[in-house]
Amino acid sequence: MGGEALPTVAAATHATGDGAIAGVRWALARDLKLAFRSRAELGVQLLFYVIVVTLFPLATTPERNLLSTMGPGVLWVAALLASLLSLPRLFATDHADGTLEQIALSPYALEALVSGKILAHWLTTGLPVVLLAPLLGQQYYMEGESLTVLTTGLLIGTPILSLLGAIGAALTLGLRGGGGLLALLILPLYVPVLIFGAGAVDAVRAGLGATANLSLLGAGLALAVVGAPFAAAAAVRIALD
Amino acid sequence: MAFNWFKLSSPASFYPVAGALIPWFAIGAAILAAIGLWLGFGVAPTDFQQGEVYRIIFIHVPSAWLSMFLYVVMAFWGALALGFGTRLSGMMAQAIAPTGALMTFIALWTGSLWGRPTWGTYWAWDARMTSELILLFLYLGIIALRQAIGDPRRADRACAVLSIVGVVNIPIIYFSVKWWNTLHQGASVKLTGSSMETTMLAGMLVMSFAFWFYSIAAVLARLRAIVLERERDAAWVAGLPEVRAAAGGPG
Amino acid sequence: MLEAQNLAARRGYAELFRNLDFRVASGSALVVTGPNGTGKTTLLRMLAGLSAPSDGEIRWNGRPVAPFSPELRSVVAYAGHLPALKDELTTEENLIALVELSGARANAGEIDSALDSVALSRRRSLHARVLSAGQRRRIGLARLILSRRPLWILDEPVTALDAAGAALLARLVHDHLDRGGIAVAATHQSLGLEPSRVQSLVLGETVPA
Repeated sequence: MGGEALPTVAAATHATGDGAIAGVRWALARDLKLAFRSRAELGVQLLFYVIVVTLFPLATTPERNLLSTMGPGVLWVAALLASLLSLPRLFATDHADGTLEQIALSPYALEALVSGKILAHWLTTGLPVVLLAPLLGQQYYMEGESLTVLTTGLLIGTPILSLLGAIGAALTLGLRGGGGLLALLILPLYVPVLIFGAGAVDAVRAGLGATANLSLLGAGLALAVVGAPFAAAAAVRIALD
Repeated sequence: MAFNWFKLSSPASFYPVAGALIPWFAIGAAILAAIGLWLGFGVAPTDFQQGEVYRIIFIHVPSAWLSMFLYVVMAFWGALALGFGTRLSGMMAQAIAPTGALMTFIALWTGSLWGRPTWGTYWAWDARMTSELILLFLYLGIIALRQAIGDPRRADRACAVLSIVGVVNIPIIYFSVKWWNTLHQGASVKLTGSSMETTMLAGMLVMSFAFWFYSIAAVLARLRAIVLERERDAAWVAGLPEVRAAAGGPG
Repeated sequence: MLEAQNLAARRGYAELFRNLDFRVASGSALVVTGPNGTGKTTLLRMLAGLSAPSDGEIRWNGRPVAPFSPELRSVVAYAGHLPALKDELTTEENLIALVELSGARANAGEIDSALDSVALSRRRSLHARVLSAGQRRRIGLARLILSRRPLWILDEPVTALDAAGAALLARLVHDHLDRGGIAVAATHQSLGLEPSRVQSLVLGETVPA
């Protein structure tokens, strides 16, 4: 005994590659399991999305052309709201029960663990929105190419919402003003996604083709996939400090 | 004599330097503004398409440029605060946000005043105005986040992350006009040449410098207040004449 | 060997402590005591690598470590105030999740014997939601058993444990030190360790002017 150096337990992450995938897998599996066990809560959030979309025609007009013009916008805004509503689930519960600290202290890269959580969030929040879009779009007399472009846009855009939302959720951990502050922080980042997503459908209707808008969305997704896990992980460490 | 920039990197050393610089920039801003307004409202000719109303660009364009420029500078200081943990960097970012928000607001307000007679509406959801509005919300979000976080160190770092993430918006604003055919003119001031009348151009450039000098003066003044607030427990602060005068006052 | 030199901590504008120095050799424990609010939890979180000190340095085996450094993350087992359990997962699932999070493979036999050591075998399939506070703490003890980490940072580890649980904790720490591990604990209850292995650090005595 005395002052000799202790043998350091070899980290499980020998190569960064192994460690990253394992980290993503741990977080994805755990969060999906947790989501499945509280699937009632998930159901409620999805129901909220459906209700918002269904309320608009009742409150505005049943007139076909007007509804058809409004459709993409309404579905996109509803998707945004659904995302905002579900974001606290991403980090706040883990923060409240002490799990987030354990996650941050794991030998797996925090960026990988965060990516796994974001993926689980999208699978349980964004993907259902995408799958419901063709159905709900018909309420707005959308069909054919419009509907395809809308759904494709949502497919590319909802992951961006989860990725950017994670940054906001991590930055606002434990702060007063909770949901409102979170919305204020992320909406400026969400708006371009909304504009390009809804704009793609408008472009197709105007005969211009959706390629430009969808490509920009795709570029946004690429940027978010690369950058958001780092930003969100940094934000988590800042919140735990 | 090599000037040691690092000496300036502590709040204590920079405080007096900032104080000395403010009058120069304030006076400079006033002089430049006077010249710029004279050029813009007095000398530059009437635009044959838009009449006299166009003159508002002498305020609108400089404030828009500053709103974007200040954001990038704020993000830069934020990055320094994040990377090196220096308190002064965080304070600089904190000082810039309100002035940046003000510039953005002026740009939006003058833009909408211009829009009314020109396009018939106070607001149009065109690319540049929308993205400038997003920029305003980004500034407000950063200010709100700072207010919500009690610990100054965590606030510095959280706001830095948010500013850096929002930097993506700047190229979007700048290039938005190319990507849409919208109400805004295409960029008529390019770096190599210009398609605008010379006096108009001169007026805009002078006003831009005026706004820039004003921003520097305002930011430095705010920075001094922030330094006093955040370093209030430090010995050097207690020794300042202005602090002793305030403390020695009533009560 | 865990060392701290000239450590200081601030929360917002308040300074909690300053000029903290200590050295803990392998096989010994550091027990941190002091009134509430003197920074015990803050100190422990710094040693675990969650928080940066406002001044000073922490060294592991002679090398300085920064918050969240990979090296610290592979040697620390941190048990904070909260037991880090998910209500919706069972005892066993929680334990496996925590063990896998720390990078280890959870061998079924080892899980069984760990649950046995903390007397939770019969509760292994219960959701954590229905467990008592003491039982939740014991899952944390099971995690420590399986952690194989040289540095244990324990914040009020005896909370909610009954006499048997506290005795188990003391035994675990004792065995850990025997294996050459280091333990840092904030607690006012005795862990029953030989005084020769224990250093004491009392916060709040050196409150800065």
